[in-house]
Amino acid sequence: MRIRGADVITEVLIEQGVDTVFGYPGGAVLEIYDALYKHRGEITHHITAHEQGAAHAADGFARATGKTGVVIATSGPGATNLVTGIATAYMDSVPMVAITGNVGSGLIGKDSFQEVYTMGITMPITKHNYMVQRAEDIAPTLREAFRIAGSGRKGPVLVDITKDATINECDYLPQPGFVEEKAPPENDEAVWEVLNYMGRSRRPLICFGGGVIASGANDTLYALMHKAQIPAVHSIMGTGVLSWDDPLNIGLVGMHGFATGNRAIDAADLVLAIGFRFSDRVALNVGRWAPNAKIVQIDIDPSEVNKNVHIDHAVVGDIDLVLKKLLPMLEATGHEAWLDEINAWRRDDYHPADSRTELKPHQVIKTLAEMAGPDAVLVTDVGQHQMWAAQYCRRVKPRSFLTSGGLGTMGFGYGAAIGAKVGVGERRVVHITGDGCFHMNMNEVCTAVTYNLPVITVILNNSVLGMVRQWQHSFYEDRFSSTTLDRVTDYVKVAEGFGATGYRAKTPDEFADAMEKALLAEGPVWIECLIDRNEQVLPMIPAGGTLDDMILE
Amino acid sequence: MSKKQQVVSMLVDNNAGVLARISSLFARKGFNIDSLTVSATDDARLSRITITTQGDKQVLDQILSQTGKLVEVRRVVAVDPAASIQRELLLVKVKADQAMRSTVREAAEIYKARVVDLSVESMVVELTGKPSKIDGFLAVISQYEILEMCRTGVTALERGSTVLGQDLDE
Repeated sequence: MRIRGADVITEVLIEQGVDTVFGYPGGAVLEIYDALYKHRGEITHHITAHEQGAAHAADGFARATGKTGVVIATSGPGATNLVTGIATAYMDSVPMVAITGNVGSGLIGKDSFQEVYTMGITMPITKHNYMVQRAEDIAPTLREAFRIAGSGRKGPVLVDITKDATINECDYLPQPGFVEEKAPPENDEAVWEVLNYMGRSRRPLICFGGGVIASGANDTLYALMHKAQIPAVHSIMGTGVLSWDDPLNIGLVGMHGFATGNRAIDAADLVLAIGFRFSDRVALNVGRWAPNAKIVQIDIDPSEVNKNVHIDHAVVGDIDLVLKKLLPMLEATGHEAWLDEINAWRRDDYHPADSRTELKPHQVIKTLAEMAGPDAVLVTDVGQHQMWAAQYCRRVKPRSFLTSGGLGTMGFGYGAAIGAKVGVGERRVVHITGDGCFHMNMNEVCTAVTYNLPVITVILNNSVLGMVRQWQHSFYEDRFSSTTLDRVTDYVKVAEGFGATGYRAKTPDEFADAMEKALLAEGPVWIECLIDRNEQVLPMIPAGGTLDDMILE
Repeated sequence: MSKKQQVVSMLVDNNAGVLARISSLFARKGFNIDSLTVSATDDARLSRITITTQGDKQVLDQILSQTGKLVEVRRVVAVDPAASIQRELLLVKVKADQAMRSTVREAAEIYKARVVDLSVESMVVELTGKPSKIDGFLAVISQYEILEMCRTGVTALERGSTVLGQDLDE
């Protein structure tokens, strides 16, 4: 069948099982939007306020559902506005296909209106990218884009398509959509060697990260750790893999992790790093990280081995497949003394005190997590609120805590929450943000209003850029350069102006009331929570530091 | 292990932008490029890129695994100097009047370099060989005034019948 290039795009999207896309129309993608109009029964397009919001929405959709997110933008500024969103997805290995229009192939390189070299700009922030100038190349390229985005270590792929390629006709033959084939471990010997390391260890510790979620390995990991009674700690990206109250889940580690997890890393004689990339926010001092341990790594990406930390033994392959090979071979053992030691440390962990009269950030997080329920998806922005959320979100399942862990993108949250809500349907979505982050992309509330998405936004308003201020307090002698915002934004009025609902809370009771109303609302709701500007995220180990440098007040 | 000269050879898809991808990866990961050559191969769909770089084993392993992740890189290997042939071409323009010519020519002859251009004031000498041979010749010739010079960078092939990318699908 001969169809226009733009129709090939929608046909391939349908082939790949895509029924939801996010984006923003423009001159170079008029044909694509015409095709989307024709196929509006099969593909629902969500227009955002800004292309950045669309990119974060596609990312949030992918993180919440495990499917590949799709975002469409026009040439020039449309494409450049995607950049932060694509880079965010790249750093957290989120599968995404970004489709951008470009000017007609005859206008390429002539500084045409809304022309930019999208390939060059996005090269370092995509797994791969393409420029397509002929209609007949669209189908094979887009199929390849879905394959690359969704296989191995997942990530964003960008396909830039010239306008004439979307107008011209070509032959199109439907094909089945891409189905991920998981990569088995490169060799079984390497897997058995892990058992030898485990057999020799008395103080083993599992360190896991987002790779476990990407591989869908949470059940296998749970079975393995419980069979061998091995405690586990996780990076922020691993939040929700294990239930927060699992006795073997020692919780968050790194810069703002609890002391126990970081002590366990120091004391362990074996670290099993699973889908865990030793970021500088976790392996704060690579030379002195896990100083008493052999380190065994399981990861899909061979370039993660020995990248930041010296690895004693590595297995490269899909985490779930590797763990499934290990599981039956593993002896059911106990590490009672080791677990007792860890549990004794836990009693000394720092936890801030609750209050009945004023709003304490950790308490707001605990309350909203409990009221939204275990099934809710929590989405954060970046900064202090993100760390409080990571510490106290009490998640019980994977893909229920979405955060920009790698790039640390302020302004990620609202777009991502919208994408997540579109993806998870009836499940609750709560967006946790601060007043700094929220000012970056709060305009996306218009999207939530348009599509009637009941996303609840909880704004921890301390009137300052809290995380930067905290560093200025700890390391710059309270020189609060450009972090005292003291904005007078009336969040309730702004929400109302956009057609949403806003509440303000100053006490725990007021917050619980507002949250109760928000949970019953049919559309988006904001709850502004007034917190003290001197609140700190504790504990904190400074960059490059060790447990000895931990700040507790 | 200390920093040392490493030669990395790769077969890449002969697409527009493939060189930009590789140089961008080297730049953002902080890998050095001492020299880089790109050339055609017997297969029109593939190009061969040879990069010389500095680094210890950890850096070399990162270069290989990071480069290997690029979709358009079909094969990438570290070239073992003992089991390979490495060659480079040098063109050097030396200031040499009539009185100097014979001494320049003498030095060139010892290195099996060829004089390929002659003018009243200058000579151009061409030399092909291992990088160390080129370095040696340059050390000698730099006694004269070098007006300009150009080295191609290293190209390399493994000795014997093994072929990089032999196992690539059609």
